[in-house]
Amino acid sequence: MMNDPIALVLLAVLAPMAAFLLIAVVFPLRRAGRPAAMVSILAVLTSLVSAIRAWQLAGSVPEPIRAIWDWLPSEHGAFATVGVLIDPQSTLMLILVTLVATLVQIYSLEYLHTEPPAALGRYYAYQSLFVFSMMGVVIAPNLLQLFICWELVGVCSYLLIGFWYRKPEAARAALKAFWTTKAGDVGLLIGIVLIYRLAGTFDLLELRQIIESHGLDVTGLGLITFCLYLGAMGKSAQFPLHVWLPDAMEGPTPVSALIHAATMVTAGVYLLVRTDFLFAQTPDVLALVAWVGGITALMAAILACVQTDIKRVLAYSTVSQLGYMMTAIGAGFAGAGFLHLLTHGVFKALLFLGAGAVIHAVHSNEMKDMGGLFRKLPQVGIVFIIGTLSLAGVPLFAGFASKEEVLGATLAGGFMGPFLMLLTAAFLTAFYMFRVVFVVFFGPPKAGAGHGHAANHAANHAANHAANHADDHGDDHGKVHHSGGDPGFLMAGPLWTLALIALAIGGYFTLNHPESEFVLPGWLTPVAVLVALGGILLAFLTYERQAVSADALASAFGPIRRAALAKFWVDDLFEAMYRRLLLGLARVIGWTDRYIVDGVLNVISAWTLDGGDALRRIQTGRVGDYIFALAAGLLVLMFWMGGSF
Amino acid sequence: MPLSAYLTLAAILFSIGLFGVITRRNTVGILLGVELMLNAVNINLVAFSRFHDTEVGMVFTLFAICITVAEVALGLALVILIFRSRKTAIADHVDWLKG
Repeated sequence: MMNDPIALVLLAVLAPMAAFLLIAVVFPLRRAGRPAAMVSILAVLTSLVSAIRAWQLAGSVPEPIRAIWDWLPSEHGAFATVGVLIDPQSTLMLILVTLVATLVQIYSLEYLHTEPPAALGRYYAYQSLFVFSMMGVVIAPNLLQLFICWELVGVCSYLLIGFWYRKPEAARAALKAFWTTKAGDVGLLIGIVLIYRLAGTFDLLELRQIIESHGLDVTGLGLITFCLYLGAMGKSAQFPLHVWLPDAMEGPTPVSALIHAATMVTAGVYLLVRTDFLFAQTPDVLALVAWVGGITALMAAILACVQTDIKRVLAYSTVSQLGYMMTAIGAGFAGAGFLHLLTHGVFKALLFLGAGAVIHAVHSNEMKDMGGLFRKLPQVGIVFIIGTLSLAGVPLFAGFASKEEVLGATLAGGFMGPFLMLLTAAFLTAFYMFRVVFVVFFGPPKAGAGHGHAANHAANHAANHAANHADDHGDDHGKVHHSGGDPGFLMAGPLWTLALIALAIGGYFTLNHPESEFVLPGWLTPVAVLVALGGILLAFLTYERQAVSADALASAFGPIRRAALAKFWVDDLFEAMYRRLLLGLARVIGWTDRYIVDGVLNVISAWTLDGGDALRRIQTGRVGDYIFALAAGLLVLMFWMGGSF
Repeated sequence: MPLSAYLTLAAILFSIGLFGVITRRNTVGILLGVELMLNAVNINLVAFSRFHDTEVGMVFTLFAICITVAEVALGLALVILIFRSRKTAIADHVDWLKG
């Protein structure tokens, strides 16, 4: 059992599913809240342990291990199969998913302690299903299973973003996330169907064999890879389908951590990593991926600079980092993108959970309510700074090596434009993240912050948590000590775990530079580090020393700033498209239905009525008339028949 | 006399009867017209019976006369009933079926 990778991976995948079914079906368990949470955490811990063991085993075998079972039989072989595909890539991804999920679930126990038990049970049921679906995507040996789990991921993100469904913004954000990703999913589905038509199989390994033996006509492949990319575009929030991700911040912060680090947004990047052999045949689509990635990275970084909500800054930084990964994949080096996906998963989860701890203490998402928190929350401050340094790409921290790999890959792929965009985005990343750090942790303390329960409680807490929980919040405060101080063990534990992992990864990769498929130019490392340090310095001068006035900085970039405040009008564009195109089309169709389809029917029925009215008059009711008509008819008949006599 | 003479007589009689049925407004007059038409048919039957040398036509005529008697009885009964309820014997006044 412990040495069979297939059984281990199956255990890892099915444990959260079992937990979900248990919590969902046994409703006293769900209503009880915390016991349901225990079941869920136990299941995901099991998954984590099995995933780590499976990774060790998978590393020792050169070939990918595949186990499939028939699902939809057909005349010649199974039409569709389900199963697992185990290789270092998928098991590594499994570890990331289960690790982040485990820590998020433990963290949520304290973060959501004010939730009523039934809501908590619901939360953990969704969490388990979410983990299961994401693992289903990760281990999928064929595109059909991948698509099903992919859609499940979408549903779970909808459920969790809209967890506080009584809050209208949360419900809207959940819908927006669902529809936006769904728009991409249509492309993915079309792509999968086209692949089946072209190659006759959904199986990833078989597809790879067919491609490698040049048994496939690659002329139609460009459309297919573009369709696949559309799906990844929606899930991984690439421009212009990135609009859902910032709004998804309406969900609970641990959910944001899960969505941004391990599940959901990583699925799109992972899909491209898994199908990189297909994309390698279509350089045009790859170039598109790279350029869109670069644009996404730069645009999101600019947007992050003007946000005032701490979670929105992090959300845009996720969009930006996803752009990095996509650019590396587009440059033809999926390995670099995948590496950045893994390191980003760790430190972004760390950042989100850290931000959650801050929000939990201050009861506000707005950075203007925060300041000087380092003294009140020293632990949170330290781990948040570790995460920030990782994201900024400072040596010895997690994001350093992977970001450099991405930059190098872009350069090696010959994409100068995206490379410059990424470099600018790296500068901005360091700047906006340290802006958060300096404002939140070192700036002057804000009145009411930290101990704002009495003053800000009604306003901020109602905005933060669902309004219906505001009443019972007061009773809970006696039990949990978080007013003004560091979070308890359940929240601090995951934070420190992630921080240490981020440090370990960073240290390891700084010392042993990952083996590249390409040559990094010697000047790249100093430039990347200098750019990051430059961003940090600018943030330091602006927000800590106030040597550079933030207002002057804002006015220096006036047009860009105004554009960024308007989110580059992408949301407006979508809204205008909705209003003009969709509603216009609906109006045309409505008019056609009302006046053409209904009109024809109405005219026919009116004619029938008029005709009936006219014919009615020959029914005089006089016997003589009837008999006359009878006789006349008889005569006509007789003359008519006369010829045949 | 040839057969055509009998048939012509029957046709004339039938037409007179039909004319009466169509033009008479009195219900009893209509019934009389119907009687004329029936008898025209009877003349036809008898004439054919005679010229084809069979008795079938005569037997048929006897039946027709019997049924006519019953029909007239029924028709008159209806006329009386209508007269009782509508206080009229004019067919045009009985126009419940008018559309």
